Amino acid sequence: MIQTDEHHSCNGTLKSHSDQKQQENNNLKNGYHRNEKVQKNGKGDGFHQPRVRGEDSFEEAPLYVAVLTYMGYGIVILFGYFRDFLRAVGLEKCHQAREREEQKDFVPLYQDFENFYKRNLYMRVRDNWNRPICSLPGPVFDVMERVSDDYNWTFRLTGRTVENVINMGSYNYLGFAENNVDFLKTVAEETRQYGVGVCSTRQELGNLSIHEKLEQLVAEFLGVESAMAFGMGFATNSMNIPALVGKGCLILSDELNHTSLILGARLSGATIRVFKHNNMQSLEKMLKEAICSGQPRTHRVWKKILIMVEGIYSMEGSLVRLPEILALKKKYKAYLYLDEAHSIGAVGPTGRGVIEHFGVDPKEVDVLMGTFTKSFGAAGGYIAGKKELVDYLRSHSHSAVYATAMSPPVVEQIIRAIKCIMGYDGTTEGQRRVRQLAENTRYFRSRLKEMGFIIYGNQDSPVVPLLLYLPGKVGAFSRAMLKRKIGVVVVGFPATPITEARARFCVSAAHTREMLDKVLQSLDELGDDIRVKFSRHRRSYRPELYDETDFELDS
Amino acid sequence: MASGQQWVLVEMVQAFYEAPAYHLILEGILILWIIRLLFSKTYKLQERSDLTEKEKEELIEEWQPEPLVPSVSKDHPSLNYDVVTGPPSHKIIVNGKECINFASFNFLGLLDNERVKLKALSSLKKYGVGTCGPRGFYGTFDVHLELEERLAKFMRTEEAIIYSYGFATIASAIPAYSKRGDIIFVDEAACFSIQKGLQASRSFIKYFKHNDMEDLERLLKEQEIEDQKNPRKARVIRRFIVVEGLYINTADICPLPELVKLKYKYKVRIFLEESMSFGVLGEHGRGVTEHFGVNIDDIDLISANMENAVASIGGFCCGRSFVIDHQRLSGQGYCFSASLPPMLATAAIEALNIMEEDPGIFRVLRDKCKHVHKALQGTPGLKVVGEPFAPALHLQLENSTGSRTNDLKLLRAIVDYSLDRQIALTLARYLEKEERFLPPPSIRVVVTVEQTQEEIEKAAQCIREAALKILK
Repeated sequence: MIQTDEHHSCNGTLKSHSDQKQQENNNLKNGYHRNEKVQKNGKGDGFHQPRVRGEDSFEEAPLYVAVLTYMGYGIVILFGYFRDFLRAVGLEKCHQAREREEQKDFVPLYQDFENFYKRNLYMRVRDNWNRPICSLPGPVFDVMERVSDDYNWTFRLTGRTVENVINMGSYNYLGFAENNVDFLKTVAEETRQYGVGVCSTRQELGNLSIHEKLEQLVAEFLGVESAMAFGMGFATNSMNIPALVGKGCLILSDELNHTSLILGARLSGATIRVFKHNNMQSLEKMLKEAICSGQPRTHRVWKKILIMVEGIYSMEGSLVRLPEILALKKKYKAYLYLDEAHSIGAVGPTGRGVIEHFGVDPKEVDVLMGTFTKSFGAAGGYIAGKKELVDYLRSHSHSAVYATAMSPPVVEQIIRAIKCIMGYDGTTEGQRRVRQLAENTRYFRSRLKEMGFIIYGNQDSPVVPLLLYLPGKVGAFSRAMLKRKIGVVVVGFPATPITEARARFCVSAAHTREMLDKVLQSLDELGDDIRVKFSRHRRSYRPELYDETDFELDS
Repeated sequence: MASGQQWVLVEMVQAFYEAPAYHLILEGILILWIIRLLFSKTYKLQERSDLTEKEKEELIEEWQPEPLVPSVSKDHPSLNYDVVTGPPSHKIIVNGKECINFASFNFLGLLDNERVKLKALSSLKKYGVGTCGPRGFYGTFDVHLELEERLAKFMRTEEAIIYSYGFATIASAIPAYSKRGDIIFVDEAACFSIQKGLQASRSFIKYFKHNDMEDLERLLKEQEIEDQKNPRKARVIRRFIVVEGLYINTADICPLPELVKLKYKYKVRIFLEESMSFGVLGEHGRGVTEHFGVNIDDIDLISANMENAVASIGGFCCGRSFVIDHQRLSGQGYCFSASLPPMLATAAIEALNIMEEDPGIFRVLRDKCKHVHKALQGTPGLKVVGEPFAPALHLQLENSTGSRTNDLKLLRAIVDYSLDRQIALTLARYLEKEERFLPPPSIRVVVTVEQTQEEIEKAAQCIREAALKILK
């Protein structure tokens, strides 16, 4: 097991030069010419200078697809009602867990609709999620085979594993999810010395010296004064935003922000307004309106305005319009909270996220947030910025006071990964991976476009959503891919708009060209089989769409 | 009949012809007027003070936001953390001094356990560190499934679900069930993560006095009367009681049997947070339910973290599948967060193994707790707060100086005095402005099975000296 994995990580990390590279270059160029995109900074000379942003593409589906999608949902819902009727009269067995007899007369714990969706829609395709794996989540993994004897109500593990499935689902952008003994030497040492827990909070007696070491390294990596690390990426947002803003403050939040940002905003008690995804007119209009008319009802001036955006949006693969937002932020004296969960390590010439991608001074962004879960192959998150900001968080962050500090081995894994990216380990391995990821991303994206799939997002984003639209295709796609030994992630309503179910690929530096080619070939065949090549090479108007409906969430 | 109706119609048409023109015109105008009234807005929108572009620019120019964060003074008590070098196990090096640890929640001494470490290492070798994904997207590992199964078995419930962060466990579980419009009855001493869960749920929150069942029943009765007024609405309002097993803020235990009685009397569900009591109370460490001999199925949801007794990272909820399974789609901290690193899950499994193999460990802990509780009695100027069997006690000032800052300074002086004499203690930290009911300042004293008789005597002696010296 370990042997094979090592072998794979070698494939992923060492083989890249000479002829393969040449071929790549050609492929890339072909891709760009065909898409009529001028990309002057090739992969070799693009370093240390900001790249051209490249447009986010949001190609619109043909109208008939939307109609079919709604019909698809309509049919499933009708069937759902019919089967609920059958269940009610006892013609169909109901597998759902029941309330205890003793508590039958309590107020029902769940609302009907929620259960209807789960029972009649989710159950049909439930096997495509939560697939258990039993190996390293590297470029390939082993999926545990499971079967259902009752139409997905319960699963039974057969004890067999599907080995060497190509992993297109994990956020292993730089391939740091690895188990090479040499790489993990320091992590193992820390485990031996510290154990895995801490049993105290940072403010009490859980502030280990390695936590401080990590924080200094993160600050140095990002080029800011100070940083603080937290044990969970989700909680980094939800437990620190309330420390920054409160009543009388305004949060302007991108409509596609992650749940953790939304939860943090809601917990803060600030007023939340949502602007259209990456739409600068919408944002500017809201900023202007907010400053001119102040708080609702009282018309007091806002205490502060915080713009919350993400670097790479995890479901769309689009990049934030950072330069424009910085200009607006300066003009209107707002603060900027940038969540780099998916972008840190994954974009930028040396892996320092969207900040570096756009050639922006990191000090211009007020709050830099990111996670260690993805590119660094660990767990947790950070907030970085000015010393005052981080000092304030040290004394006021919910996480610092009430949550157990980070596990020492996890801390060491992050330190090791960052050192590797920064070249502090004395090798160019980290930089090679960053470059490899950029190459893989462009290759994968351009090939998919050529094949005629509708792909969302920016050309440099390793998050690649492939639109499937119809609910029936979601399950079929995922199952057929697994049959071809490729693990993909599919998402549908409610994680996406109801008509935009999709598959999402996460490209990794550890993917070899052979793996990507195998995936691409399978996609090409499957795309024809189940007819999901919807693209008509037509530019979408969606990002430019300017909708006036901005709505206010209550706090 | 039919002919009669026809006659009326004919008459109407005739009348229309016979009517004078002015009449028809007037009626026509009236009809148009009615249509206009129907379709026009019946009220005027609030006059908008249309600002000119220039005025707007001036306003934008003038507006000065508050700084993003207020500045924190360099000597802020919660800014300068104590630095621990090396593992925070039984012996701990705080600010360069080796001490005996009376501050980390390592109740069973599993943090430094060789077996746990070895298992974690072998897991590291196989899985690496991170999972690189949430549970839904290939972040479910065989060890997660095993841990869930083991926890369910350990607690003797149908199902368990693990979270990757202790704090997020109950904070995600509460809003998964309780929504806007629902009612939660909660103890005033509830810990901060419960408070955040309540806030995220946006439900209607009713606080009852700490461990005061009469006060709770009063609130429940009030609600009953309210329900009778509007029985229709009452049928859809879910109600929950949220309590802690052992309260982290007060170190005392909830009266679970009474709560269960109230549960059935008023048809309220009970959520129980057991971070301090899981792996501590009961003959097999199953917590408060085992301590009181309450049927665990009578509790709708039990949550605990694996960061104290289990000495790993993360948390879990357990209960009946009917309840727990819902979180797999609705628990935000479960669905939207990367899953627990496999090596931490493996460590937790091994910790459970140890707990199952040797239930005697819980009796040892209980004896130590009683011992510490007794040894700390009679410390001049300080009172011991908490049950004799609680592993994390509080030492509070008998007489407050009247100012929280000064109280904290005094207590901090006692902590520093003890640190100098190799006893590691810590102040219990709170966010003073954020807590709903701020507990009084206190020193935390944590009992672990590793502390020897002499060490406990030494610590008690040291605290006594410090109190004598500092609290004159």
